[in-house]
Amino acid sequence: MNFDDYRGIWVYLEVKDGNIAPVSLELLGAGRQLADKRKTELAGVLIGSGVKPLAQTAVTYGADVVYVYDDPIFAYYRTEPYMRALLDCCEKHKPEVLLYGATPTGKDLASAIATDLPTGLTADTTILDIEEDTGLLLASRPAFGGNIMATILCKKYRPQMATVRPKVMKALPPDPSRTGRIVEEHIALREEEMRTKVLEIVRETTKKARIDEADIIVAGGKGMGSKEGFQLIHQLAEVLGGAVGASRDVVEAGWIDHHHQVGQTGVTVTPKIYFAIGISGAIQHVVGMQNSELIIAINKDPNAPIFQSCHYGIVGDAFEIIPLLIERFKEEIPKVKAAADVKEEIRHA
Amino acid sequence: MPEKFDCIVVGAGPAGTACAYELAKAGVNVLLLERGEYPGAKNVMGGVLYRKMMEDIIPEFYKEAPLERPIVEQRFMMMDKESAITFSYKGLEWGREPYNNFTVLRAKFDQWFAEKAVEQGALLVCETVAVECIVENGRVVGVRTDRPDGDIYADVVVLADGVNSLLAKQLGFHREWRPDEVALATMEILKLDKTVIEDRFNLEPNQGCTIEIFGDATKGIVGTGFLYTNKDTLSIGVGTLLSGLIKHKMKPYDLLEYVKNHPMIRPYIQGSEPVEYLAHLIPEGGYHSIPKVAGNGVLVVGDAAQLVNAIHREGSNMAMTSGRLAAETIIMAKAQNDFSESMLDQYRMKLMESFIGQDLKKYKDATHHFERFPQYFEQYIPMMNRAASQMFTVDGASKWEKQQKIWRDLGSAKQKFKLARDMMKAWKVMK
Amino acid sequence: MLHIVACIKQVPDTKIIKMNPKTNTMDRASAPAILNPYDAHAVEEAVRLKKKYGGTVSVLTMGPPPAVKAIKKCIELGADEGYMISDRAFAGADTLATSYALTKALEKIAKQRPIDLVICGKMTIDGDTGQVGPGIARRLNIPPLTGVKKVVEINKEKGYAIVHRKLEDGYEVVQSTLPCLFTVEKDINDISFAPLPNMIKAARYQPTIWTADDLEDVDRKQLGLKGSPTIVSKVWAPPKPEGGELLEGSTKEKVEQLLSLVLAKKELFQ
Repeated sequence: MNFDDYRGIWVYLEVKDGNIAPVSLELLGAGRQLADKRKTELAGVLIGSGVKPLAQTAVTYGADVVYVYDDPIFAYYRTEPYMRALLDCCEKHKPEVLLYGATPTGKDLASAIATDLPTGLTADTTILDIEEDTGLLLASRPAFGGNIMATILCKKYRPQMATVRPKVMKALPPDPSRTGRIVEEHIALREEEMRTKVLEIVRETTKKARIDEADIIVAGGKGMGSKEGFQLIHQLAEVLGGAVGASRDVVEAGWIDHHHQVGQTGVTVTPKIYFAIGISGAIQHVVGMQNSELIIAINKDPNAPIFQSCHYGIVGDAFEIIPLLIERFKEEIPKVKAAADVKEEIRHA
Repeated sequence: MPEKFDCIVVGAGPAGTACAYELAKAGVNVLLLERGEYPGAKNVMGGVLYRKMMEDIIPEFYKEAPLERPIVEQRFMMMDKESAITFSYKGLEWGREPYNNFTVLRAKFDQWFAEKAVEQGALLVCETVAVECIVENGRVVGVRTDRPDGDIYADVVVLADGVNSLLAKQLGFHREWRPDEVALATMEILKLDKTVIEDRFNLEPNQGCTIEIFGDATKGIVGTGFLYTNKDTLSIGVGTLLSGLIKHKMKPYDLLEYVKNHPMIRPYIQGSEPVEYLAHLIPEGGYHSIPKVAGNGVLVVGDAAQLVNAIHREGSNMAMTSGRLAAETIIMAKAQNDFSESMLDQYRMKLMESFIGQDLKKYKDATHHFERFPQYFEQYIPMMNRAASQMFTVDGASKWEKQQKIWRDLGSAKQKFKLARDMMKAWKVMK
Repeated sequence: MLHIVACIKQVPDTKIIKMNPKTNTMDRASAPAILNPYDAHAVEEAVRLKKKYGGTVSVLTMGPPPAVKAIKKCIELGADEGYMISDRAFAGADTLATSYALTKALEKIAKQRPIDLVICGKMTIDGDTGQVGPGIARRLNIPPLTGVKKVVEINKEKGYAIVHRKLEDGYEVVQSTLPCLFTVEKDINDISFAPLPNMIKAARYQPTIWTADDLEDVDRKQLGLKGSPTIVSKVWAPPKPEGGELLEGSTKEKVEQLLSLVLAKKELFQ
């Protein structure tokens, strides 16, 4: 394998609902930096049916080249045809680095490509860097359930591949004046040869939060006073779209059933945000949630051990604070949503 | 057709595992049922394992078992609010083979022990709860588990299902324990650097120390606290009679927090990090509480049979020995193919002839006595501390004056008489 | 009669595992080894399909000798046979080398009894990649169906399977030819409570164990560390927040500070 034959930073451009997926735009932003550092081209690979017009979007977000496979056989994502197209492109143009969004589609495709090429693939990367001289990609990711960070290298194979977590990298502001090459590619595939067929796509919008999968958990303890008082926990969880957690004594008191119990004898959880409200913070509870990304504690007792196990704490009365929080979140969350939607619209305008 | 074993042992703690080990070794087809995820997962004890009784089962086990430290020093603290009188014995002979006893972590040790039983040929099935004995024509013929298709049969069933032995209760072997027959022990395992432990407790590597704490550890409630050194953890706990907790309206965890923050204890554990919290009931009814231990097709061993010497904090050794004696009885019963109560009752006789029966008989009134007369813990330990303080404080007063003062501190003539009487009584129940 | 093979792995329970803050290494003793939770669902689904359509469920794992425990767990769940490949030559494998070794074992199993379906968990909780399943499918040249959350139909006579694949915002109904490979989501089923006879069978069960030499046509260069393109160059502890910062001010002010902390994670609210 002659490494000099492999040039350029590539991004697989995932298409979602007729647009380039946000994660792919983020990757163009990250890829731009890598390409500039390595003084090489940033390319996107666009596969789909009727997707050619999107190529220009990729250019405005930073791509120098966009390879386009536009064919009805790519009407929806399937491993086989997409893989064949991307493999074809890799063989023809030999990238040094190939990045994918760590979405179900991106991971599926990347895994297949890595096996066929073959080459190394780093999953769920959150930090990317490249060695200027050697072109060695430094892909770092949380490992072992987020307990450590690890930097993964692929020294002996090219291209170097990684899937990258959505919402970690930053997309560049679109620049309509940017120009780039758009290269139309073709590969002869016949529908009869395809072994899988998508019969139907069903969109589901309801998000039912399960405690072991929830991104946000609002957990309440004995400090909520009674089953009635505990309702405030439910209300706050609902406003945040999160799940309800509980300490052991609350479960034992019968305020909520044991599926909600967090801790040594209950479930261990690692959400993005964990609220511990009216929970003293006994070790048996803390071991069940200490790896959460952001832990917020609210407790009347300034000496409660929970304040040793949280990132931020409020000493105060939950019955005063929660209603205020609910009120304010009700006002603010729709604004965050709206802002995101507007951004999406601008992006695709 | 459900499978039939020679013997089913319910519970893979020290008693059940010892029994299964001995049976399997003798070629008996034995099924060992454990409700926990693995043996030891749900087991709690302070953490002292006695060498002798374990060696009766596996000679020289200490060469391979996961033990923490051989105990070379045992301390006893009579603790008041900010003082303590400590007795201690340290002997290096305990640090050499064949040792005296060891600190262990049950989660590790029980797994190893059960593994040994499996090596002998016992079949271990975990995460399975025996919910009742299957009784046919007045004899136990198997157990019903909580699993689908969960009935399983055997010639004889050994109940090693712990202090609350639901199965023995269903058979009418014992009633619900009274709060003054069981102690509630809560403990934490605290992580601390190996070298720090050795510094603080004045130990060489591979030496251990145990501290038993009386008095203010339990805020005057009948019971004890303990602090044991493991390899790189400390076990700290407090056990009190349930009746005492109820009377004083105390939560067990609060009591543990109290001990951990006690000025006499805190320096030992400073900078450590709790890694595990455990709570468990301990049968402390003693001799008078021993239930029926043998029936048609069934035997009861270990905690399920209330075999604990509360005064000497011995339980696991009794558990193992009772398991071994049950196995001996079953092997005999099998040879004669007779699993009737009259045959199996030989186990009770073996039990009573052994150190278990002898020791429990010796202390048969002790726990109850201290429970009935709380002044030992509430008044006398502080009194001893005051006396010691008086005696050893150099303040210019003559020793004669000091003795006078101590004497006065013992109270009126009537109170002194009561004290003398209490000491006599204590001597009587302990002797 | 279907022959379904579930590929499973024994993993340290990463939810419990503790780090040594000084060396940034894992305190392995702190985490019990468990059957990868996603794989438990894979086995459960295989057993359910067996009950529905008839057939045999085999499980396959690669790992050190103690991984036999994970196979026993699968027997408890209702698997019929267990295979394990265990050899120092497999050690240090990344996802590519792992899928290679497992594929070789699957080929050997298939010689004894042709395989209709391979089921894997969506990912392992220690590797977190989800790359081995699709890798096996590519090597066996069968379609990979990742993120399966429901199996609608398996039709061996007509040679197809229909499943629901999870998407970010819903699911798709996909038909594939057989044989094929699924990787399954946790919500595909609830793990059943194993019947006692399974528990007893599992306690006695000894799986078939193969070394690298027992597998056929093995290119040793593709095994273990040698066959792994990716290497871990360094590990470090993720920045741990100092913790315990108490928010100050009036209740209103505290609430506002809290609000901005939470809303800073805007991806959760979009």
